[in-house]
Amino acid sequence: MIEAHRLGKRFFDKKRGEIRAVDGVSFRCEPGRIYGLLGANGAGKTTTLRMLATIMEPTEGSATVAGYDLTTQAEEVRRNIGFLSTATALYARLTAEEVVRYFGRLHGMDDATIRERMDAIFSRLEMNDFRDRRCDKLSTGMKQKVSIARTLVHDPSVMIFDEPTLGLDVMAARTIVGFIRECRDAGKTVVFSTHVMSEVEKLCDTIGIIDKGRLLAEGTLEELRSRYRQTDLEEVFVQVVEA
Amino acid sequence: MSLRNIGIVYRKELTDSLRDRRTLISMVVVPILVMPLLTIGMGVLTAEIVGKAKQQVPKVMVLGGSDSPQITAELAAMKDVEIVPARPDYADEISNKQIRAAVEIPAGFDAALDSGQQVTVKIYDYEGDLSSGFAADNIQKFFDNLRDQTVRKRLESRNLPDSLIRPFAIKEQNVAPPEKVSGAIIGGFVPYLVILLCMTGAMYPAIDLTAGEKERGTMETILSSPVSRLHLVIGKFLMVLTASLATAALATISMGISFGIGRQMLMNLASGDEANAPLLTVNLKSVLAVFGMVLPLAVLFSAALLAIALYAKSYKEAQSYVSPLTIIVILPAVISLLPGVELDAHLALIPILNTSLISKEIITGTYHWKYIGLIFASSCVYASVALGIAVKLFQREDVLFRT
Repeated sequence: MIEAHRLGKRFFDKKRGEIRAVDGVSFRCEPGRIYGLLGANGAGKTTTLRMLATIMEPTEGSATVAGYDLTTQAEEVRRNIGFLSTATALYARLTAEEVVRYFGRLHGMDDATIRERMDAIFSRLEMNDFRDRRCDKLSTGMKQKVSIARTLVHDPSVMIFDEPTLGLDVMAARTIVGFIRECRDAGKTVVFSTHVMSEVEKLCDTIGIIDKGRLLAEGTLEELRSRYRQTDLEEVFVQVVEA
Repeated sequence: MSLRNIGIVYRKELTDSLRDRRTLISMVVVPILVMPLLTIGMGVLTAEIVGKAKQQVPKVMVLGGSDSPQITAELAAMKDVEIVPARPDYADEISNKQIRAAVEIPAGFDAALDSGQQVTVKIYDYEGDLSSGFAADNIQKFFDNLRDQTVRKRLESRNLPDSLIRPFAIKEQNVAPPEKVSGAIIGGFVPYLVILLCMTGAMYPAIDLTAGEKERGTMETILSSPVSRLHLVIGKFLMVLTASLATAALATISMGISFGIGRQMLMNLASGDEANAPLLTVNLKSVLAVFGMVLPLAVLFSAALLAIALYAKSYKEAQSYVSPLTIIVILPAVISLLPGVELDAHLALIPILNTSLISKEIITGTYHWKYIGLIFASSCVYASVALGIAVKLFQREDVLFRT
């Protein structure tokens, strides 16, 4: 479960002065559901998700992830999340197995449990052929699978995806989309950010439209369509942002 | 503080770094191969050049002497020089290396020698040129011998003893133990090398583990794991420190071996006469003590480099920040090599310079315990401050996500 209450993030830039990257964002996502943050580049999606992953500290508001407070129990939050984005790369000089084992150990797992878990994930994702290969020798699709294995090794209850298909080819993107769906089916809480309308339509149970750091509209796909009297999600998005 | 997490991060960074070509080159290849190659290579080259110059029979021009057949005949009979006919452009010929030296015999030299008049023989050479120097030395020796013989003959003709002009002999005798002599020769050099290599060895891993991670996008990956930033920075710092000390240790060992080989080569050059061979033995205890003193300095370098490189956005930017630091390290180390720079309470507080100076003393076998304590303590303080800054910077979002 994720509950964000008036979450905000302010930066200070020498040239531009104070910047409100995220401004009073509140939402809630329950286990077995996918919450999609839809927004253009620079809308505040990445900053919101970085705060939920405790990579950044909020300057305002509060949030709980898997029952833990973002600011006071950051380590516990990280222990219970899987965070995946195009910015979360792999260690090029380590093998697929070494990367996953490293993160398993950092999550406090013993080697026997990691081995068991790795075998299951690698078989499920068909990774056994390249588990001993260094990450810099892997294709983009293979790397995505390693990243997925890394986020799953400790079986987190909350998954956070920040534009995970950005820059991927169709096949690699399909792997990710399929994986997100599986996470929901497994009862995990999923937050997902994107600017690709089709992905939102395919995946999200609840959609939040974010622009200039503010959450402007929220609802299921059907609710948004009927509220703004549009069948096309893109038209809904434009109407919300330009209003 | 979780030692387990620090250990996990450290082991991963070690594996990762040992697979990085740049780190391997700076940490292993340079100290093990390049340093000895440079030392032995330089030794071989010097020995070859000197040997070749010694084997050559240099051409020497005799200017004047037409009225002194005896001296010109004796010069012509010399085996270690080849006398060539006189020409007015002798200076140009020496400069162009067509001849190596010239000797000017003053008018009436033979007669002056018989009558006891003092005359001056001039030797022309090209200063700085090895072969020219050898030729001039040979001529100098010839005239020194002639002068001695002339003096002896004159004393004999007057029935006077040799001791009249040489009432006593002087002999210099060394009482310094071998390590002190070696210390004087390479005293400043060993610590200088160890300090410099501690810095260069830490450089690449520090950049790779910070700015390199940012550039490759793995920083965000690790920050989303439960490891605390304190454990993360300490694990990374320990890896950089390992690289720093390993580089210095490997370089010292390989330099020790190549010094040994170099000494053997120099002994062979000196026809196996051990007494004349330069002493290049350094006490192992002294080297270990120098390492002990350099330890806090290695901590300081590792932490400072980690902090500076973390601030950079990319590998390239980090390199541009870190490269000028080499000068900051070289400068105090070079100052310590200057004659007359003596350790005092003020200098004992200046980082790098203090360690260079005390290490120089330690290598010569002198242990000033008060200064050793003061320098070790002050270096520890500086190292702790640098490590504290590195830890603080790892907590700052504006540094970690600087774009």
